[in-house]
Amino acid sequence: MHELSIAMSIVEMAQEEAERRSVQVDAIHLELGALSGVVKEALVFSYEIACGGTLLEGSRLVVTDVPIEVYCAMCQLPKTLPSMQWFCCPDCGTPTSEVIHGRELVVTALELKQ
Amino acid sequence: MNPEPRMLEVRKNVLKQNDVVAHALRDRFRAQGTLAVSLVSSPGAGKTMFLEKTLTLLKQHYRVAALVGDLATENDALRLARSGVPVRQITTGTLCHLEAAMIERALENWDVGRLDILFIENVGNLVCPASYDLGEDLRLVLLSVTEGEDKPLKYPTIFNSSDVAVITKIDLAAAVEFDEQAAKANIQAVRPHMRLLKVSAKTGEGMDDCLLLVAKMLAERLEETPI
Repeated sequence: MHELSIAMSIVEMAQEEAERRSVQVDAIHLELGALSGVVKEALVFSYEIACGGTLLEGSRLVVTDVPIEVYCAMCQLPKTLPSMQWFCCPDCGTPTSEVIHGRELVVTALELKQ
Repeated sequence: MNPEPRMLEVRKNVLKQNDVVAHALRDRFRAQGTLAVSLVSSPGAGKTMFLEKTLTLLKQHYRVAALVGDLATENDALRLARSGVPVRQITTGTLCHLEAAMIERALENWDVGRLDILFIENVGNLVCPASYDLGEDLRLVLLSVTEGEDKPLKYPTIFNSSDVAVITKIDLAAAVEFDEQAAKANIQAVRPHMRLLKVSAKTGEGMDDCLLLVAKMLAERLEETPI
């Protein structure tokens, strides 16, 4: 369970950014890859705790799931995996471990208070 | 009617701080001609026993040392110290994984001279360590025959972030009716073409292959960094 420490990093980063730009934050938008090793529900729960007593108290964490995308050498195309238990091209079945997307743990945007 | 929310584009990697430290460590290891090898597994898969054996065998030919992460006790460090090589404990407290900054701190004021190989034993955990780059060149994930063949399917992320899978305690394989083919198939399913080793640190079976792998990587490292 390392989601709390990750949530605290997110809050710290957003707070710095908000202070630097003198803005008030309503929500943080985050891209979360299926291979990031972070559990979404635990992160959202931890976020609320991590926000407590900071400038971001009461703000939301908006998570966009990023599926695993691999490169298939046979099809010569990027392919989205339907399952993380089966690293094979969903179309031709060729095994592949070349991950293009899915490791993301990225704050993409701050949604500002109106 | 609600107006469109005002968005401020940021695009920042949450673990950037860890990655920056990890990259600096990797550069430093490379410049010194040191190979860094980390070990991850569930608790009780045999990391410490495997490492103790590895250190004992390697120290005859190389300058080796180990950092070992543990939540609370120093038991593992004491066991590893029996191998006679320098060992330093990193007590993580409640933290379930090692981070790059902990490695950096542990290396401070540690007068071990130039090392050929530095081993880093992570906290026993198949989930959290996957997210943190420690600056290592090689990450070994250990899977013991007593754990069940489907571990790779349950924890695909850690297998996917590792370079080599090591099946441990193979001396017990028959007793626990370990299905080697199923385990191999599961590993390949989550990480195709993953290199696989089978060992028993107790009997010594398969240890040669592990040492060869590390020695070969070290030779390549020294070729790029003549010391």
